[in-house]
Amino acid sequence: MSETLVFKRPDMLRNVGFHYCPGCTHGIIHRLIAECIEELGLSDKTIGVAPVGCSVLAYDYFNCDMQEAAHGRAPAVATGIKRVHEDACVFTYQGDGDLASIGTAEIIHAAARSENISVFFVNNAIYGMTGGQMAPTTLVGQKATTSPHGRNQKYAGMPIRMSEVMAAIEGAYYIERVMVVDVKSINNAKKAIKKSLQYQMEGKGFSMVEILSTCPTGWGMTPLDAVEWLKKDMVDYYPLGLIKEGN
Amino acid sequence: MEKRFMKGNEAIAEAAVMAGCRYFYGYPITPQNEIPEYFSWRLPEVGGIFIQAESEIGAINMCYGTSGSGARVMTSSSGPGLSLKAEGISYMAGANLPVVIVNIMRAGPGLGSIQPSQSDYLQATKGGGHGDYNCLVYAPTGVQSAVDLVQLAFDKADEYRMPAIILGDGVIGQMMEPVVIQEKKPIKVDKSWATVGWKDKNRPRAVINSLSLVPSELEEWNLNLQAKYKKIKESEVLYETYNMEDSDILVVAYGSTSRTIRSAIDENELKGHKIGLFTPISLWPYPEKELKEATKGKKCVLVVEMSAGQMLQDVKLAVGDTAPVHFYGRMGGIIPTAEEIFAQILKLGEVL
Ligand SMILES: Cc1ncc(C[n+]2csc(CCOP(=O)(O)OP(=O)(O)O)c2C)c(N)n1
Ligand code: SF4
Repeated sequence: MSETLVFKRPDMLRNVGFHYCPGCTHGIIHRLIAECIEELGLSDKTIGVAPVGCSVLAYDYFNCDMQEAAHGRAPAVATGIKRVHEDACVFTYQGDGDLASIGTAEIIHAAARSENISVFFVNNAIYGMTGGQMAPTTLVGQKATTSPHGRNQKYAGMPIRMSEVMAAIEGAYYIERVMVVDVKSINNAKKAIKKSLQYQMEGKGFSMVEILSTCPTGWGMTPLDAVEWLKKDMVDYYPLGLIKEGN
Repeated sequence: MEKRFMKGNEAIAEAAVMAGCRYFYGYPITPQNEIPEYFSWRLPEVGGIFIQAESEIGAINMCYGTSGSGARVMTSSSGPGLSLKAEGISYMAGANLPVVIVNIMRAGPGLGSIQPSQSDYLQATKGGGHGDYNCLVYAPTGVQSAVDLVQLAFDKADEYRMPAIILGDGVIGQMMEPVVIQEKKPIKVDKSWATVGWKDKNRPRAVINSLSLVPSELEEWNLNLQAKYKKIKESEVLYETYNMEDSDILVVAYGSTSRTIRSAIDENELKGHKIGLFTPISLWPYPEKELKEATKGKKCVLVVEMSAGQMLQDVKLAVGDTAPVHFYGRMGGIIPTAEEIFAQILKLGEVL
């Protein structure tokens, strides 16, 4: 009997096991980015930038040249790379603490300069790596280790909708928010990721795909509950869809 | 070669261009603004890139990306900006990335003032950022010296794959002097570690990184850094001496302060006292052995700095009990005059 291979690890992902918790969607997002790079034939000319956060080891997973940036500084590092290798495909992979808190200056100014890069922004509404502290994206009422009674708007303010902030910047060309919780949403996310890479190769300038992501560990939920909470509570505050295209 | 009359800051920028630097990222701060201003028109002329970054943090991290991509790159700032760059410098040291960083020192602490100072000595030579690392640190004594040291710094940063700091002060940055700036071809080094896109599968995948979660591996990484630093201490020490023969008193000073003292000695108002001058050029590695040797037979050592006595600590360590060490310093942006320094020397002369 002959066997047909119907599903395999993309070559753009190295043959090492992910360290992510069960039910964490970081892994799906890695795979989608890897597939898109490969399908666009960009594997040999891609340089990725890993953040500080749960995905800090992304440089071990993507099978391309990689740089590991300081917490929040990936857009500045990517700028430094892209200005040397204008024809390369340069992407950053950043969490919400990384991009929406400590690195807000870097992301906003990379967009303002319309750096021709693709940013994959993984919003899991929490600081996963450091043990579940409140993030700038933590929802009001959501419990975290530094908001044990739930985020209190009075003291901690409201969560930041980063995609909407970025869309207000003239230099941003393409901004879309997606999630990766079922086949349909995963397919949509893949389309957005691919589009952002294509726009970069066409020289359109800055683009960012915000991917809502689960953190069952940080949220204190089972993977299934985490998916349900994301689909309902997170999507309620962070509406999905195209936010900006063209400038 | 043509001599030009140039401001220190502009000469530093041109020296970098002539050493093959095509990338500069910086953020405005006095008294170094002429450096980014010069690069902003000069780099596009030679096909290079100038970015006025959103902050000093942005600038040093752009340097990380560019250096990691294999190109020569520079950033410059002054005191407060260097404090912001500290994390990035530590990352670059940890990731073995070359970069040339210019600090045209102003008076601190805090916002301090824009007047010249030498109060970032400890920050530059003892780390400034976190972790066990060092940077090459060069202290120019004038505009020509700044040009020569910038060009040397690029080569040494490449050779040792580490950050090099040009520790100037407001006087060096702002003064005008005749200089010769020659084109200096970069030394040949292997940069197959740089991220350029993984086309060439004969080399390993390039990863620029300072993370290492296994303690034994991180210790190994640190031991490699320390071995590099040891080699540098043995072979990269630079210093100058002046009027050393038969001198009783040895003055130790670096940067523009050393210039003031040299002219004080030349003016020869110190009749009856023989004054020698020791000028460290590399502040890290510090010329410890050479300084100790130079103090032998001297009646005393006087350290002069525009600080509360930062290099003083290194002098004391180097000199040990070979000779008593005295200190004279001014702070707050005050440049000690030759007369003031005479007075100090005369005072020492009386007690000898
Ligand atoms: C300058 C600095 N501050 C703080 C930290 C500690 N730290 C590491 S990861 C992290 C938060 C990461 O959260 P996020 O970006 O949301 O990514 P996630 O782990 O949730 O994927 C923090 C605060 C650090 N490494 N560097
Ligand atoms: S802590 Fe959260 S974000 Fe990090 S790997 Fe675990 S589930 Fe994923």
